[in-house]
Amino acid sequence: MISNESEQVEYAIEAKGLSKHFGNNIAVNKLDLKIPKGSIYGFLGPNGCGKSTSIRLLTGLLEASEGDVTILGNPLLGHEEALKKRIGYMTQKFSLYDDLTVQENLNFVGAIYGFVGKRKKARLEELLALYDLEKQAKQFAGSMSGGQKQRLALACATLHSPELLFLDEPTSAVDPENRREFWERLFDLCAAGTTILVSTHYMDEAERCHALAIMEEGNKRADGSPQALMDAMPATVVEVSGNKLRQLKQTLTQHPEILSAAQIGAHLRVLVKKKVQDPLSLISTLSDGRETVLARPSLEDVFVTCTGDRYVD
Amino acid sequence: MWIRIYAIFIKELKQLSRDRMTFGMIIMIPLVQLMLFGYAINTDARHIHVGLVDLSQTSESRAVEQALVATQSVDFIARYRSIKEAEVAITKGEIRAVLYLPADMTRRLFNHPLYDHKQTDSQLTQPIGQWIVDGSDTVIASTIRALRNMPLDEVANHTATRTAPSFEVVQYFNPEQRTVVNIVPGLVAVILTMTMILFTSSAIVRESEHGNMEFLITTPVRSIELMIGKIAPYVLVGLLQVAIILYVGHWMFSVPIKGSILSLLGSSILFIFASLTLGLVLSTIAKTQLQSMQMTIFILLPSILLSGFMFPYDAMPVAAQWIAEALPVTHFMRMIRAIALRDASLLLLGKDALWLGLFTIGGIIIASLRFKKTLG
Repeated sequence: MISNESEQVEYAIEAKGLSKHFGNNIAVNKLDLKIPKGSIYGFLGPNGCGKSTSIRLLTGLLEASEGDVTILGNPLLGHEEALKKRIGYMTQKFSLYDDLTVQENLNFVGAIYGFVGKRKKARLEELLALYDLEKQAKQFAGSMSGGQKQRLALACATLHSPELLFLDEPTSAVDPENRREFWERLFDLCAAGTTILVSTHYMDEAERCHALAIMEEGNKRADGSPQALMDAMPATVVEVSGNKLRQLKQTLTQHPEILSAAQIGAHLRVLVKKKVQDPLSLISTLSDGRETVLARPSLEDVFVTCTGDRYVD
Repeated sequence: MWIRIYAIFIKELKQLSRDRMTFGMIIMIPLVQLMLFGYAINTDARHIHVGLVDLSQTSESRAVEQALVATQSVDFIARYRSIKEAEVAITKGEIRAVLYLPADMTRRLFNHPLYDHKQTDSQLTQPIGQWIVDGSDTVIASTIRALRNMPLDEVANHTATRTAPSFEVVQYFNPEQRTVVNIVPGLVAVILTMTMILFTSSAIVRESEHGNMEFLITTPVRSIELMIGKIAPYVLVGLLQVAIILYVGHWMFSVPIKGSILSLLGSSILFIFASLTLGLVLSTIAKTQLQSMQMTIFILLPSILLSGFMFPYDAMPVAAQWIAEALPVTHFMRMIRAIALRDASLLLLGKDALWLGLFTIGGIIIASLRFKKTLG
């Protein structure tokens, strides 16, 4: 858990001005990060926003064009090999062997991390039980469901009990039920002291993180805890209900003080710039007396206000 | 380090044994190629289809025909009334050559200095007939050319007055001159080139293509460990193939295996290592399995054509010989033929063995340097 109260916060990841260029294309632009030990940190952003590249830079998979990274107290540059034993990485695509069984996959990864004999056997049994894979032990990984594959991947990534775990869109191929369960496991790991960095494009997942960074086109647009981000949002949320909402949306989005309007069920969710003194009356006037109420901001609203051309400094 | 190499080795072996297609190919490629090449390739042409234009129509001309058929070199499949007709048949490809026996063939035969002891005037000496050959195929042409001095003693009812040949030729190691004796050991080299390079070049690429590499890089596995672990199973595969080809070749085509098993094993292992590292270097260049396949073929063709497998090394121009020298297969071709057919020992072939060793070391250095880069 985050130890905000403690005097000195220890960081699992510190990055300063981290950049990666592929030719003229800037994949990651001057990223600054401070991720405290024992927390779950999220990268939230659309596909192609630089989440995966950032993770690859932080794991030492890619070499940064610029910037300094400190992982678990050691500079990444020059300590890649030593750090590999202390970090775990679960790739976006299933990266284990489809033509090996669950047991064989675990065996292989165990041996790679130097587990042998009784120690390996004990660890494998522990993991099979922990990740509910005992029945699938003899099954080929390729024939398993998305949820089972994901549990196997997590078991392999955490086999050597890493202090820092990177997860690149871990739940993109999993149903909501399995996603929920997966996050429970992440919190278990976190409670045991593991720092977790997870990338996602799901708002509800981002909301579970202790802190997160919203990313777009290689830039970090905002960061902080979900609550802090919502509090600091430069907009007020007004919900409009009534009829002909599609037409109303067209007129509202033209207005310079309105950042966005999106229909959610029978409501229109309108984001009005914070500097507007009385947003309710503004919207009332604009929407010809339809019913208007102030609403609690959500993470999606934060995301909307700090990405795209609605981005407000 | 050894734990990790062993883990990769076991994993690779398991995957290989489950990939039935690949596993089948390991056994079937040598067997099928052996049948094909063993039976099909023959550089001494027999039963060439030829035609006959017999203007003499005598018992002697028929006797000449019989004598030619008895050599088994040619089969007369058609008769023509004129040279013109026969030429058309050659152009059409119905026959490869035609024998023209002129009307005065009998007189020419009996006046021929070989059979007419009193005949001394060389002015009167004329050949008794003429072969017209489709010379575009050099093997056919040289077979027919060999008939030029065919003895016709029985036809002429005379023992030929013949001088002793300038040279006596004794054929060591393959006295019956069977092509297959030279082909089978050569086939070992060609098939190993093909399978070893193909399997290794795609083995590493497959890891990246299936996304396994991304995970492996974040583990403590070092690139040299990964490479050794991945290619080690193929050493066994290669030795299995050598055994299949030599054993089946010995059993089906009675190809002798004269050399010691130790020399065979030693030279095979040297060549397998050289081919595997060549495959590794290719795998660091290729991005997909298709690309690695294309590069394998790029290496394979010169390996078949320039290594001395099909055409004698000595007959090639110097520039081609240089290219051939660079290919590991040329050296192994020499070694395996020398060991299997001529009972040479590995020590006698030190130069070739040294080259294969150097090639392997160089290949491993290049592969691990390049491999590092592809991770970064």
